[in-house]
Amino acid sequence: MTALDQFPITLKHWMLGLSFWPDWLQPILSALLSIGPIILVFALLFGLVTVIERKALGRIQNRRGPNRVGIPFTNVRLAGFGQFIADGIKTLTKEDVVPRAADKVVHFLAPIALVVPVMLAFAVLPYGRNMVALDLPETGLVFFFAVGAATELSVFMAGWSSCNKYSLLGAMRAIAQMISYELPLILSTLTVVMLAGSLSLVSIVQQQESTLALGIHAWNVLTPWGLAGFFLFMVAAAAESNRTPFDLPEAESELVAGYFTEYSGFKFALFFLGEYFGLFAICGLGITLFLGGWTAPFAFLNVVPSWIWFFGKLAFLIGFFIWMRGTIPRLRADQLMNLAWKFLLPMTLVNMVVAAIWHFAGQAGWPGVIRWLFCAAMILGPYWMLGRGLETKVGKRVYRYAS
Amino acid sequence: MLGTGIIKGMVETARNFVGSYTDEARLTTVEYPEERIAPKENARQFPFLVYDGDDWHQGMRCVACQICEKECPPQCIYIEKSKDKKPDFIGKPQLYPAIFDIDLSVCMSCQICVEVCPFEAIKMDQEYELSTTDRFGGLLVHKDTLAKSNDYYRKIHPTDAAEIDARRIEDARKAEEKAKADAEAKAKAAVEAKAKAAAAPAGAPGATASPTPRTEPGKGEERPGAPAKAPGGASGAAPSSPPAGGTN
Amino acid sequence: MSLAFVIIAGLTAASAVAAMALRNLVHCALSLVVMFAGLAGLYLQLGAEFVGFVQVIVYIGAVAILIVFAILLTRGMEQPAPARITTATPWAVSIAVAAFFVMAGAAVNSRKFEKPSAAPALQASPGTSKQGASAISVKSLGVRLMGDYVVPLQVLGLLLTAAMIGAVIIAMPERKGEGGGGEEVDRG
Repeated sequence: MTALDQFPITLKHWMLGLSFWPDWLQPILSALLSIGPIILVFALLFGLVTVIERKALGRIQNRRGPNRVGIPFTNVRLAGFGQFIADGIKTLTKEDVVPRAADKVVHFLAPIALVVPVMLAFAVLPYGRNMVALDLPETGLVFFFAVGAATELSVFMAGWSSCNKYSLLGAMRAIAQMISYELPLILSTLTVVMLAGSLSLVSIVQQQESTLALGIHAWNVLTPWGLAGFFLFMVAAAAESNRTPFDLPEAESELVAGYFTEYSGFKFALFFLGEYFGLFAICGLGITLFLGGWTAPFAFLNVVPSWIWFFGKLAFLIGFFIWMRGTIPRLRADQLMNLAWKFLLPMTLVNMVVAAIWHFAGQAGWPGVIRWLFCAAMILGPYWMLGRGLETKVGKRVYRYAS
Repeated sequence: MLGTGIIKGMVETARNFVGSYTDEARLTTVEYPEERIAPKENARQFPFLVYDGDDWHQGMRCVACQICEKECPPQCIYIEKSKDKKPDFIGKPQLYPAIFDIDLSVCMSCQICVEVCPFEAIKMDQEYELSTTDRFGGLLVHKDTLAKSNDYYRKIHPTDAAEIDARRIEDARKAEEKAKADAEAKAKAAVEAKAKAAAAPAGAPGATASPTPRTEPGKGEERPGAPAKAPGGASGAAPSSPPAGGTN
Repeated sequence: MSLAFVIIAGLTAASAVAAMALRNLVHCALSLVVMFAGLAGLYLQLGAEFVGFVQVIVYIGAVAILIVFAILLTRGMEQPAPARITTATPWAVSIAVAAFFVMAGAAVNSRKFEKPSAAPALQASPGTSKQGASAISVKSLGVRLMGDYVVPLQVLGLLLTAAMIGAVIIAMPERKGEGGGGEEVDRG
């Protein structure tokens, strides 16, 4: 509990304790002081991540990314990190085109209906020791999934109100994708809840703070069900936030831009923002549930502040997603659906059974290594069989006319 | 097993990412305009007129034969012949273009003018940063802008220039030899005529009249008044191109 | 009757009326969504956090999407028909009013369940909501579901399975030749 670790909390208490605030203002001020830094940090992170993603994708593709735009209106280059400022200015000054036959109210509300629930999701994530904006001891995880469910409606609103049949097709595909992947997403987190005995994200992280041998904190990834659950969660998370390889709804070569074809200017920027915020939120959830939240890997590394660990892990996961984007080609719509229903769903159910076996084996006194190997074998068996089932459909291509 | 293909792909992209900082082959961007790729030898953009030596007006190879003007598909070349003549690298007096305009906004870089030119006078340049803000005449280039020296031509198209220079040296040498042979034959004919005139002083006064080169071994000289000028001109103009060819 | 209750209840009632009164079917569906959100807000106000959030997940995240898909796939493109007052309208209004009063009376007169604070036998969670200590936690809900109410839970599971099998059979392509009707764009 070093001073650096807790300095946001002490700063907030100091600001609340200043004598010239009236009493009735205290709760509002407390809420603002909790929310403000979160929004500022994540908005800045959004800007930086867009630039870093473009530069990293460029390097993966043997080219440079943006490296010219620095401070606007000057010649300072900053290796291209001013690009997000330039993009922001561009989207703010573009004309807002609304199709004549579009449903104006719904068209206006769709980006708002995307961004607001996603920002709500940031409230329950613990960013450091004692640093949660909204501590829900009963239902933290359920709150997160509730606001996640609300974002699907905005996709439909965007696609419908554009009065464009391609937008509508894109919206329907996007909603089908999001619903299909919500099931593996929630089921893969259920194993964590089962073994932690609580839906509160704070207590889940605190339980991962206990140490195993060699001072390793007991992250959930270090268990077989945790590892499998983490990978399943990451795949479902990529699909939920429409990242490649699951970005069929918004790929440029498919249906122009899918459900936000008819959006220009700042509304498009809001969709973009909502999508990246969704990515941050779901990565944050993955870190909280599986990677130990704000805990360090080893006990002696606790000198580094907890929020640095959280944002470091977040950066690592975002880098992983960018790497995925540069590597894997886009999945077709039916391949997407097959993956969700025929692979991820059975795997998450198997994962739940394995987690239960892990728990009871631990209670029955099995030695750690045997328990680990047994549970890992119980996961790898179905994985191998399901993988074979999915792969046999792809054979050697047979040409009808070419010899 | 499911997932091995993805792992292999991820390893490859990671190698690309890391290699783009260390390896030259994994970062193929050329940051224009700070860096430029050197054009290949066969690259071509727009035509230019070649001149030998230092004086672009005197050494210009173009003789205003107007073949390129006639053969140009979009008809972007405009030539007006001069009234007087100037000697070429062999020494023959040739016409020259008083006006030679090419409209670069029309030129399609087909290189037909280069292919048909019998005098190796027009060649393709490699300069492409020619944009101008003058919409109505900014890309109409005249003779002075088009004229570039043979040294420049040798720099941008080394093999072609070397071959053309070798051929021109050969032609100049042959012309000089022919001129020398003509001169010798003429001198011999003059000596013979004088001997004949001396041998038959009163009998044939008309035989000494004109030293017509009828008895010369017909080398194809059509102009009767020219041979007196030709040896002088050949020896005067010939040294211009062989030394230029020899100093490379 | 706190201010929060008045606002949330007013929003719920207004959006419910709008869901009935609006002409455009999609607008009706969206105001239904607002009504679901208002209901979730009412649950949260009563301190039932779990039910409130599950209301959002199930109703807004699933039922509303289902309604929307149903509208889209069937008759969303049609122009809405204007409302006409026929001879059946007074009957419809009187039946609706009678039903409303019956349900309201039943709701007001029901005193079967005591206040949650008088049930110390269940696992008490540390004081959560601002409205008063709620002793019913999610854990107790789970224990009750798996203990006392396990048979209804299994029956529900059977019912849902039957519904899913029925849906798959309807959506499955025909055995011979091209696919049958009712397929979505992205399945198959």
